[in-house]
Amino acid sequence: MAQAAAVAKKPPPAKRPRRRAGAGRTGATPRRLPYLLIAPAALLMLGFIAYPVISVFYYSLQHYNPTKPWRNGFAGLDNFTRAFTEDPLFWDTLAFSAKWVFVEVGLQLLFGLALALIVNQTFAGRALGRALVFSPWAVSGVLTSVIWVLLYNSQTGITRYLADLGIGAYGTSWLSDPGTVFPAAIVADLWRGVPFFAILILADLQSVPKDLYEAAEVDGASRLRQFLHITLPHLKDAIILSTLLRMVWEFNNVDLLYTLTGGGPAGETTTLPLYVATTSVEAHDFGYASALTTVAFVVLLFCSVLYLRLSKFGGDDK
Amino acid sequence: MITKDAEAPTVTSAPRTVLEAFGPRRPKKRQRSWDEVPRRQIYLPLGVYLVFTLIPFYWIALFALRPAGSTSLVPWPVTFEHFDKVWTERSFGTYFQNSVLIGVATLVMTTVVALAGGYALARFDFRLKRGFMLALLCSQFVPGALLLVPLFEIFANLEMINSLGSVIIAETVFQLPLSMILIGNFIKNVPPSLEEAAWVDGCSRFRAFCVVVLPLLRPGLIAVGSFAFVHSWNHFLFALMFLSDQGKQTIPVGLNTLMSADSVDLGALAAGGIVAAVPVVIVFAFIQKWLITGFSAGAVKG
Repeated sequence: MAQAAAVAKKPPPAKRPRRRAGAGRTGATPRRLPYLLIAPAALLMLGFIAYPVISVFYYSLQHYNPTKPWRNGFAGLDNFTRAFTEDPLFWDTLAFSAKWVFVEVGLQLLFGLALALIVNQTFAGRALGRALVFSPWAVSGVLTSVIWVLLYNSQTGITRYLADLGIGAYGTSWLSDPGTVFPAAIVADLWRGVPFFAILILADLQSVPKDLYEAAEVDGASRLRQFLHITLPHLKDAIILSTLLRMVWEFNNVDLLYTLTGGGPAGETTTLPLYVATTSVEAHDFGYASALTTVAFVVLLFCSVLYLRLSKFGGDDK
Repeated sequence: MITKDAEAPTVTSAPRTVLEAFGPRRPKKRQRSWDEVPRRQIYLPLGVYLVFTLIPFYWIALFALRPAGSTSLVPWPVTFEHFDKVWTERSFGTYFQNSVLIGVATLVMTTVVALAGGYALARFDFRLKRGFMLALLCSQFVPGALLLVPLFEIFANLEMINSLGSVIIAETVFQLPLSMILIGNFIKNVPPSLEEAAWVDGCSRFRAFCVVVLPLLRPGLIAVGSFAFVHSWNHFLFALMFLSDQGKQTIPVGLNTLMSADSVDLGALAAGGIVAAVPVVIVFAFIQKWLITGFSAGAVKG
């Protein structure tokens, strides 16, 4: 009996591994596999994105300032009331953020689209032209600042040579004049932002079916109409998505303005995130900074949803 | 073999077809011969834009290469004094090493983790999939800059402040979502039947993936990997906040230190900028054609 039992028991262990391998082949893999595969990413994101976000929400309801420990404690909505009613800087920086994002992304899209359409044509020297035109894409915000600080410098910058030619005055410093700092910073950021857009749009241009153009041409459509009725509709989703990502990115991007203008002169170019950074890092007012961050989240989320709704993203498929 | 067949058309023929679309139609003479885009409509705007792109590069090269105090518009005679100074005195040599280390580690971690996750997203249906996708998309809206304080606290608790590991983790985490979505889309474009054929031949899932799918992902991996490298190479805030030791800092932080000095040494600043730019510009020039095919194949859809 015992022997028989042993014999009877033996086959299953030998079978099981085979069944597992077979299961893999038919696609009915162990249910755990996908979870194992996303586990590293999920853990990293839980620990270093989700947890910090939750702690920001938590701190936004607290007075939390390591330099003033006697005030620490539950604050209710104090931090938010302070932002909305008592802090003119909050509204200023929010307004500047909106202006910055709107102008910057709008111009980037315009020039990026034009650039992509140009370098998508066939012409002699196209490879070199593309490489040169796209090269600032890889340049960092800090390096962009370095370059434009050199260009805008009143003593050694381009203004001095322009003044030699009779354009403008000597000693003009675009970055320290409240009247010119905005366009000056916009141009500096455009310099590296346009190639990014152009690359994304150029990538998408490759997938426009060529026979559509041929058909349009047979029908006698002009190049402008081909652009309006074939190219643009085809690029629509790509444009919407890259614009949205870029808007979020430009809103959050601190590197360039932090190093180029430091938010100055006189707070003229302080975006909301830059204001948050200085509030938390320099003033150590983490509770208030967290409340501002929370507001920034909500604003971003609201604008994104609104944008996707208004632009009817992906609406053609549904 | 499969690799070459799949890649070749996307890389070489795609751009050329525009000419084919516009070119051969000309003889119809529906409009004047300018039906094809006139050369000057290409070269004029391109030229103008090139001037805008290249003057800043020229300017920084000029400052880096001409002697201090010179106002010449041509960097002649060329001097390398600024590079010597910035590399040794301003310890850009050390910064360079740190930046390379962070960049490569971020590239490897991002690619490996994103490959695993992207494969799960592309090939399986599982209960948490929708939720996970949503989390990936939402994380695009989470600004790393605004999470500096809680992140700092986490790394302080892990005793990782002042270690390159903190920056590597932070960079990887914020690169991951987009990389995973992109790689997932690349994998979806590889027909599952190829993999299944390999399973029938007795390959394990992992081996089939390595042998059949991975080679086909090359343009996508190059795009995602180079993106991760360039991004972490360029990124400034995490290194600024988490690495206070001077010997641990990175190139962007070094540049910021040079820039915010009381009397800025413009020559050294420019030379430091060139040191910062050269690796990424080289990487970029090298991978450019992959980047465009990579993005178009993996373009985020639905």
